[in-house]
Amino acid sequence: MPLIKGGRFVADPWHALSDDEPIPEAPRLIVSYARWLKERDVLALLPAQLGLRLPNDVSAAKLGDDLDRFALIALSFPRFTDGRAYSQARLLRGRLRFTGELRAEGDVLRDQLLFMRRCGFDAFTVSERALFEDWLQAFREFDVFYQPAEDRQISLLRRRLAAARGDFTVA
Amino acid sequence: MYRYDSYDHRFLEERVAQYRDQVRRRLAGLLSEDEFKPLRLMNGLYLQLHAYMLRVAIPYGTLSSRQLRMLAHIARRYDRGFGHFTTRQNIQFHWIKLEETPDILADLATVEMHAIQTSGNSFRNTTADPWAGAAVDEIEDPRPYCEIIRQWSTLHPEFSFLPRKFKIALSGAPSDRAAVRIHDIGLYLRRNEAGEVGFEVLVGGGLGRTPLLAETVRTFLPKRHLLSYLEAILRIYNQYGRRDNLYKSRIKILVQSLGIARLRDEVEAEWAAMDKEELSLPEDAIADMARHFPAMDPTPAPADGDAMRAALAAEPGFARWVEQNVAPHKVPGYAIVNISLKEPGATPGDCTGEQMELVADLADRYGKGEIRVTHEQNLVLPQIRRVDLLALWRSLASARLATANIGLASAIIACPGMDYCSLATARSIPVAQRLALALAPREREIGDLQIKISGCINACGHHHVGHIGLLGVDKNGEEFYQITLGGSADEHAAVGAIIGPAVKSDEIVHSVDTIVDVYLRLRADGERFPETYRRVGAKPFKEALYAAH
Amino acid sequence: MTQPEVMRLVTANRLRDGVPVYRTSDGWSPAIADARLVVEDAAEDFLAASQSGPRPLPVVAPYVVEAVVEAGKVRPLALRERIRAHGPTV
Repeated sequence: MPLIKGGRFVADPWHALSDDEPIPEAPRLIVSYARWLKERDVLALLPAQLGLRLPNDVSAAKLGDDLDRFALIALSFPRFTDGRAYSQARLLRGRLRFTGELRAEGDVLRDQLLFMRRCGFDAFTVSERALFEDWLQAFREFDVFYQPAEDRQISLLRRRLAAARGDFTVA
Repeated sequence: MYRYDSYDHRFLEERVAQYRDQVRRRLAGLLSEDEFKPLRLMNGLYLQLHAYMLRVAIPYGTLSSRQLRMLAHIARRYDRGFGHFTTRQNIQFHWIKLEETPDILADLATVEMHAIQTSGNSFRNTTADPWAGAAVDEIEDPRPYCEIIRQWSTLHPEFSFLPRKFKIALSGAPSDRAAVRIHDIGLYLRRNEAGEVGFEVLVGGGLGRTPLLAETVRTFLPKRHLLSYLEAILRIYNQYGRRDNLYKSRIKILVQSLGIARLRDEVEAEWAAMDKEELSLPEDAIADMARHFPAMDPTPAPADGDAMRAALAAEPGFARWVEQNVAPHKVPGYAIVNISLKEPGATPGDCTGEQMELVADLADRYGKGEIRVTHEQNLVLPQIRRVDLLALWRSLASARLATANIGLASAIIACPGMDYCSLATARSIPVAQRLALALAPREREIGDLQIKISGCINACGHHHVGHIGLLGVDKNGEEFYQITLGGSADEHAAVGAIIGPAVKSDEIVHSVDTIVDVYLRLRADGERFPETYRRVGAKPFKEALYAAH
Repeated sequence: MTQPEVMRLVTANRLRDGVPVYRTSDGWSPAIADARLVVEDAAEDFLAASQSGPRPLPVVAPYVVEAVVEAGKVRPLALRERIRAHGPTV
């Protein structure tokens, strides 16, 4: 499936390891949360970079220090109307200071891409039609945002709070 | 009222452009209906029985005359010449074409209006006391906080796909004119023992299949923490609210299942872990917002003199209107004028384009250009000099906007019901019309009586919190109405109790007449319906209604 | 007097303006008098056939409605559908 990262379609360098697949010699492996729980000790010691597929009803805080082991976390939108992963992403990107790739998977549609990026996602697995329907334009639909999120955009709240203080350096 | 700056304007332009493209993609078949429906709902567009319905936002029920004129224009240009004011202080247009909606939103944007998030599983209109800034008993004007909440909740990237809709209401006075306790989050401005003003925060109210009143999650929240605390509540709801069952997905169900104590623990834990600085509202920021809602000039206007006394004596219609529809104002010599959209026999809450134009003109001439919308589907001119009341009344009367029935039995609240709405199981408007006509002759004898009618369990008519509530149901293809008694939407909020089997449509007037007869027979001096009901219970009403059969 | 047979028709809302429309033999009409009526057993196929054709469909969410013919007029059994066909009662 096509992958959007950095505002463009890119090849996916990651190998998604299914739960019953033997561990290959690959430099980058994504494992499911279930598999991580089951084979943590083996997986943790692999030379490969690891990615984790976290279900949308598990708090990232449960990973504790294990979070450092992952260069990628994939979060799930089982249906696009299920918005739990937006909160998961903000927790990871914000409070937990995760600096790896935050990838959106599942029912990822054009009109939610900007919300996702604002919450800290930086990679998006999309369906084939994204290639024909100019989905990249979605990231440019707004440049004014009312509230702070995880995308380091200066929100209107910040701007106005600064102005109220007399600080006009926040442009 | 809040005045947009260049950023707000730019945001609206971007939103209109985004929506226009979404409609283009839908009409071109690039978006399926399943994909498009949540997007159009986020711009307030429903598909109803006869056409699309557009619900335009009227933030916390506050309108300028210019905006009201634009609504009149929308009614005439794109609809059938009228609009319907709702129980959430918004306006609905019932005869809309999808292909014209981008132009409608573009027109609205020219006067700083929109239909953003008036539907969908995100924040809806944050509503407030329609007498804000004018009421005698007000502690503090809630509207600056409403506007702060509106902005924070607009296209919030984390909370745009909640388990279900989310409604917030604010009251700045001890009298609750905003039905705060039936909201997902309710906020009361309160003064603590140290004299500081802050918020009592309540969570978990809502009507529908499971009517529940909100409970206090925090007795006193300092103002600067308003947004961060709200964000903590929403984050808990977004993660733990049920998504498996449409009828169990509001935050009220989460409060019910966890209990308020456990929900409080979760919210406080999240709040403690948050970076509160980002959303903190220092005093100067609040003051900055409050400047958009300046306090009225406290210089009194002339008190009632001989001219007023003569007019009241000479014109009984004027006297009745002043007594019923005109409320005291915090500044002497001024009044709050309630405009009834409840002429008996008319559709409750409906207003023609001509009527909207007239109200806009009157607001300009007499009332600093400001109009309010109430959750009882009426309008308010919040700031009128008493010396202007007679002239104002004559103008309103000429446009059938002076029915002197605010708070009385014929001023019925009713949703559009099955005449318009695809969710409805029965009609509500014809029932409201028949009841209003039947009760109007004795409504002054009855006094304060709030009848609320919903055409389905979604309860948009707020029937659960009517003194007398009617819920339309379908029994083998026939319209029946379930009666509830003793509900209340004010500071003594209560959910009405079902008092017996549903009643056939052609028996409704007789049933309500019977209920009123019992009330009149049993009430103590000065007792309003809810007080009588609490004192005597359902029994006398049940006996009168059902014994005869 | 025998009861008229309960027939079926297919209805939807027109995409561009939301107007209720009724499936005819090969198209959609806003007039219920133009609706093609089928027997119960044929309803499912008729519904499926109404959703064939080039995308985008001009209608949203077609569904089956029960109706009888009385005095030459098509009368849906459900009040809701009669309101859809003839407009608000107020």
